[in-house]
Amino acid sequence: MVSGGNASSLPLVGGKPEPTIKELSSPGRRASKFPKLDVPEVKINHESLKKEKARLPEVSEHDLVMHYSRLAHRNFAVDLGFYPLGSCTMKYNPRFADSIASDSRFANMHPSMPEQFTQGCLKVYYEIGNYLCEITGMDDASFQPPAGASGELTGLLIIKKYLEVNNLNHKTEIIVPDSAHGTNPASARMAGFTVVEVETDSRGMVNIEKLKEIVNVNTAGLMLTNPNTGGLFEEEILTISQIIHNAGGLLYYDGANLNAIVGASRPGDMGFDIVHSNLHKTFATPHGGGGPGSGPVAVKSFLREFLPGPIAENKDRKYNWYHPENSIGRMHGYHGNFLVTLRALVYMKLLGKEGLDKLGSYAVLNARYLSSKVSKIIPLAYDEPCMHEFVASVKDLKKSHKIKAYDVGKALLDKGFHSPTIYFPLIVEEALMFEPTETQSKETLDDLAESLKLIVDDLQKEDTVLEDYPKNLPVGRPNELIPAKYLTVNWGDFELLEITE
Amino acid sequence: MSDIKYLETHEWYLMKDDEITVGISDFAQNELGDIVYVTLPEVGQEFEKGAAVVEVEATKTVADAYAPMDCTITAVNSQLETEPETINNDPCGDGWMFKAKVNTVDDSGMSYQEYETFVS
Repeated sequence: MVSGGNASSLPLVGGKPEPTIKELSSPGRRASKFPKLDVPEVKINHESLKKEKARLPEVSEHDLVMHYSRLAHRNFAVDLGFYPLGSCTMKYNPRFADSIASDSRFANMHPSMPEQFTQGCLKVYYEIGNYLCEITGMDDASFQPPAGASGELTGLLIIKKYLEVNNLNHKTEIIVPDSAHGTNPASARMAGFTVVEVETDSRGMVNIEKLKEIVNVNTAGLMLTNPNTGGLFEEEILTISQIIHNAGGLLYYDGANLNAIVGASRPGDMGFDIVHSNLHKTFATPHGGGGPGSGPVAVKSFLREFLPGPIAENKDRKYNWYHPENSIGRMHGYHGNFLVTLRALVYMKLLGKEGLDKLGSYAVLNARYLSSKVSKIIPLAYDEPCMHEFVASVKDLKKSHKIKAYDVGKALLDKGFHSPTIYFPLIVEEALMFEPTETQSKETLDDLAESLKLIVDDLQKEDTVLEDYPKNLPVGRPNELIPAKYLTVNWGDFELLEITE
Repeated sequence: MSDIKYLETHEWYLMKDDEITVGISDFAQNELGDIVYVTLPEVGQEFEKGAAVVEVEATKTVADAYAPMDCTITAVNSQLETEPETINNDPCGDGWMFKAKVNTVDDSGMSYQEYETFVS
């Protein structure tokens, strides 16, 4: 099948593995030359002076460039093929946003420049702050946090500070569902809270009865993503927020799954007090190695003074930086990741209100279309209509054919697609989590489903050796055990590298 | 083998007088995959039934092994600190994790046959 999202035509997919730079090394070769010494030579006598030369690879400039270019060509990316990684919203990053961000009037701006010379940049922050608050149903936002997990920590520190200011220090428990992203309990612990887990019911949603049992006077808050990691909308969200608020706790919205609801519903209207958004997910800025990311935090007005500053505000037709009074402090140098924020603003303006209103609905439509196709090949984990992502489980194939989620993910690579998220959420056995986003065409979704059917059929054949997959990539299955046991991160650790080989 | 009992959380224990030896089942080590690190308790530490005693780290996941009953640690298998893969190779033998003095007897674990049915 022909589709825009299939990367199996990549010329460098296949063939031999790329040699390591150490293997390309030959004594005496150099990729750069120091200029001639034009100052008097000084002998350094210091105990920390190294006696041996650093054991760096020695290669010519051309070999070096070819090596890294080849590796770059073998990198799978959103720009090459479909990346259905659940809970990651790997959507297309519009080129127009890049071209605006590379404009020298933005790109060459120095963060230390006085406000009167950076009014345009301040306006960018001010405008996107307003847009983000409108989209999430909140009142004020800070663009300091550089990523989602940092946004979570920011939110939790805000809860902590709020409790301190209001003499509610006995409130130390943060409730997190067992389906939550791993960062939720981690952020809560980092902020000094105790984590209490609430179970998911058989439909895949927060178990309200269990929640009522857990909530008590010490409840500081609840962290939730809606739709949850099963791709299901928490229908009882208003009841949940009432339970938490009645106990004097705050509600934190993990914005990882915001893409599902943009234009349709708002965390602020569901009762959430704090929201982080991932601009690198929902608002189409580069995600992953191409980052950096941005995880702005928006709050209801009663929490405004706890936000990390500086925040752009508009007074007397002039923009200026504002530092909240009870701020938890900075989460980043200067003003956060400005050019990422700018890209997100451009994306919002490109879609306009009309486009943003349809965003979530289209993401859900794509996911439901794909889930209906996938469900005929691999059973879904929940018998509920999905939102922007869905979870399938190969637990039956594991029993009958020893096929694990890992094997399906690996085999799918051969077909020109990135693997879906595997083994998440943790409460689903042998989980495969697909998120197509609204940016994939129907043909690409059909192609993925067809490829999935082919590989699941292949893997069940009698003479199949599961470990052989992927068959068409330069690297098959890397040894994951040895790097985990003997982590090698230094150029000098060549002996260790040899053990691991 | 016949004296070994299993828990729903995939630990096994062998009770002799008032001492238990505890490890994780073959099914559990197979589910976890290659084990790369084990955090053992200290001798003398007390645990209530169901409390996390050992942290088992595999390449992609971390899991806890829980106390089968109220007990006080009397010995740990320090071989696991340098050779955690022993658990993969011999989970119910050389891969034992700790021995403990039982404080409250609760011999409610499953037999091998019952456990086999439970995991299949």
